[in-house]
Amino acid sequence: MPRKEIELPYRVEHLSILNENGEVDKSLEPDIPESLLVKLYRAMVLSRKFDERMLILQRQGRIGTFAPIKGQEAQVGAVALLEPGDWLVPSFREMPAEVWRGKKLENVLLLYAGYNEGGRTPDDLNNLPVSIPVGTQTLHAVGLAYGIKYRKGKNVAMAFFGDGATSEGDFHEALNFASVFQVPAVFICQNNHWAISLPRARQSHSKTLAQKALAYDMPGLQVDGNDVLAVYAAAKEAVDRARAGGGPSFIESVTYRLSMHTTADDPKKYRREEEVEQWVRRDPIIRFEKYLLGRGLLSEESVAGIADEVQAEIKEAEERWTRMTEKPADPMEMFDHAYEELPPYLLEQKEQLRRELDAKQTEAN
Amino acid sequence: MAKMTMVQAINLALTQEMEKDDSVVVLGEDVGVDGGVFRVTDGLIGKFGPERVIDTPLAESGIAGISIGMAVYGLKPVCEMQFSGFDYLAFHQLESHAARLRWRSQGRFRVPMVMRAPYGGGVRALEHHSESREAYWAHTPGLKMVIPSSPRNARALLVSAIRDPDPVVFYEPKAVYRAFREEVPEAEETIPIGRSQLVREGRDVTLISYGATMHPVLEAASLLKERDGVEAEVVDLLTVSPLDDSLFTQSVKKTGRAVLVHEAPRSFGPGAEIVARLVEKSFLYLEAPIARVTGFDVIIPLYQREREYMPGTERILRAARETLSF
Ligand SMILES: Cc1ncc(C[n+]2csc(CCOP(=O)(O)OP(=O)(O)O)c2C)c(N)n1
Repeated sequence: MPRKEIELPYRVEHLSILNENGEVDKSLEPDIPESLLVKLYRAMVLSRKFDERMLILQRQGRIGTFAPIKGQEAQVGAVALLEPGDWLVPSFREMPAEVWRGKKLENVLLLYAGYNEGGRTPDDLNNLPVSIPVGTQTLHAVGLAYGIKYRKGKNVAMAFFGDGATSEGDFHEALNFASVFQVPAVFICQNNHWAISLPRARQSHSKTLAQKALAYDMPGLQVDGNDVLAVYAAAKEAVDRARAGGGPSFIESVTYRLSMHTTADDPKKYRREEEVEQWVRRDPIIRFEKYLLGRGLLSEESVAGIADEVQAEIKEAEERWTRMTEKPADPMEMFDHAYEELPPYLLEQKEQLRRELDAKQTEAN
Repeated sequence: MAKMTMVQAINLALTQEMEKDDSVVVLGEDVGVDGGVFRVTDGLIGKFGPERVIDTPLAESGIAGISIGMAVYGLKPVCEMQFSGFDYLAFHQLESHAARLRWRSQGRFRVPMVMRAPYGGGVRALEHHSESREAYWAHTPGLKMVIPSSPRNARALLVSAIRDPDPVVFYEPKAVYRAFREEVPEAEETIPIGRSQLVREGRDVTLISYGATMHPVLEAASLLKERDGVEAEVVDLLTVSPLDDSLFTQSVKKTGRAVLVHEAPRSFGPGAEIVARLVEKSFLYLEAPIARVTGFDVIIPLYQREREYMPGTERILRAARETLSF
């Protein structure tokens, strides 16, 4: 009757490839096609600039509350592994991932400007819409992955969520189900250190979040989430494993929310400026730019060129969005998509609203 | 007397109850250092410390569940759900345990907890931040469901809720949070739970509402007087469950006409229960069909369309006039 250590297959590793000076560990450097490297860089710059622009639009009152993503752009390294048939299951801080996966910038603006139409995701890609209830979407990824396995598909479902989400019961249920069913799900925790005002250490007493995977018997890896090469490499391992029938994985991507939680939040109330400054120095875009400049994949001119290009792209999207919102939103749309077919009582309510709006119109004339 | 917003008035209720009774504890996401995302719990952690004002991990079921344990032990937890749109994750704990422990233990255990949550539309919010789903709670035997409409009654009702021996769900209309100020006495004031209030006397029609829609209702009542010479009587429910039907059935016996207003979806909403009570208790006095002015039975749209979704003054006026001219 012994009392001894049980041998567990997994240990928690931390993966970092590209440091703050843009230097790489050659032995870990992933094999990424050059065109993809530049595409990743461009996507990160576009996300940064678009996020900054949205903040201005919000301050001007042209869009409502939204959750800035500044600092978390390296997430595109993970979605870069997805193929069109794969599933993206985002939370509300995955604008870069969604845009990578075909979401139109004007739709992002529409959503935050309070138009239901903005929830639309691309018709040809399997992206779920934003989930605002924290962590609850992780279970949907498991269900999708179950479907993939059931139909003997080769796709994967990739779910994103924050460090706060790991406290929700749904997160634990998702990991447990995924592991019991051995489905092709990839869980990516964007540990940005804060869940509104709660620091990561008050969210969970575990040394790492990655180790939570051990309890569910799946590989758990911690990566430098501001290092797009590491994010890519980690996601590649997980996605390849899932496609090969090797079951789910959990990645803790250690990053930082440089901006406020949402535009309704004041981070000065709970965190120190010095902490933010430390992370500004670990900016995922700057270090990647240095690396690409070093490899001759970017030059001073192409950096400037990309900056101009993305600004133009944002401007055009903003113009399209402005045109879409020139006329006031038709209130009747609220009855669309509640059910496939409107039940009789809802048809009556719809008719009632139509009469009210007509009456208002007549009074106004 | 100081003039306060609803946010300040609720903060006052919490502060005074915590000063009076060290079994009162406050818990929830961001309620401590941040003082709550609406600043309702601002300053409490400084006054009472982190053991009584607890910043919890992000887990609604957990927050509700530990509150139940605390309450059974003898503490008086006041937990906050950051938005009512996320309290569904705690629904199971409230429905299956908070509401039933007294019954299940044959009276041996009680759960004197309060679950506070901001609810309702009108603040240009994201999805899940504008719903009005009090019916879920009101439909749950064993729970009480309270919704104040002004700073002063919010303060008085919250004090009563904290002292109540049963679990109370306390919904705060966030559209009212900072909409106006009202005199709130420094001295203790309570309003009994389960009692509605007559807020305007009249003889022609009875308007019944609660929470955020009390404001368009009162505006409609003034307009009816000004423009139509109609005297509307207005009842503020304050407690949705247990529903006090004595005042409004009495009122309808006098006026013969009733309009009830809430922003929750119409079908199976609180209004349906009020109509049923009126039919049961004042049927023979009715001069016109009872009108319901409510949200539509659709998912509340994002903010470009929420104005048309919610019952505003115009819709209330139209319904009252139809009722009056029946
Ligand atoms: C179920 C649920 N509870 C509460 C909220 C309110 N809320 C929105 S974001 C947030 C913090 C989320 O933190 P984290 O999971 O770390 O993600 P981050 O916002 O840092 O990206 C909270 C409490 C919510 N949206 N959903």
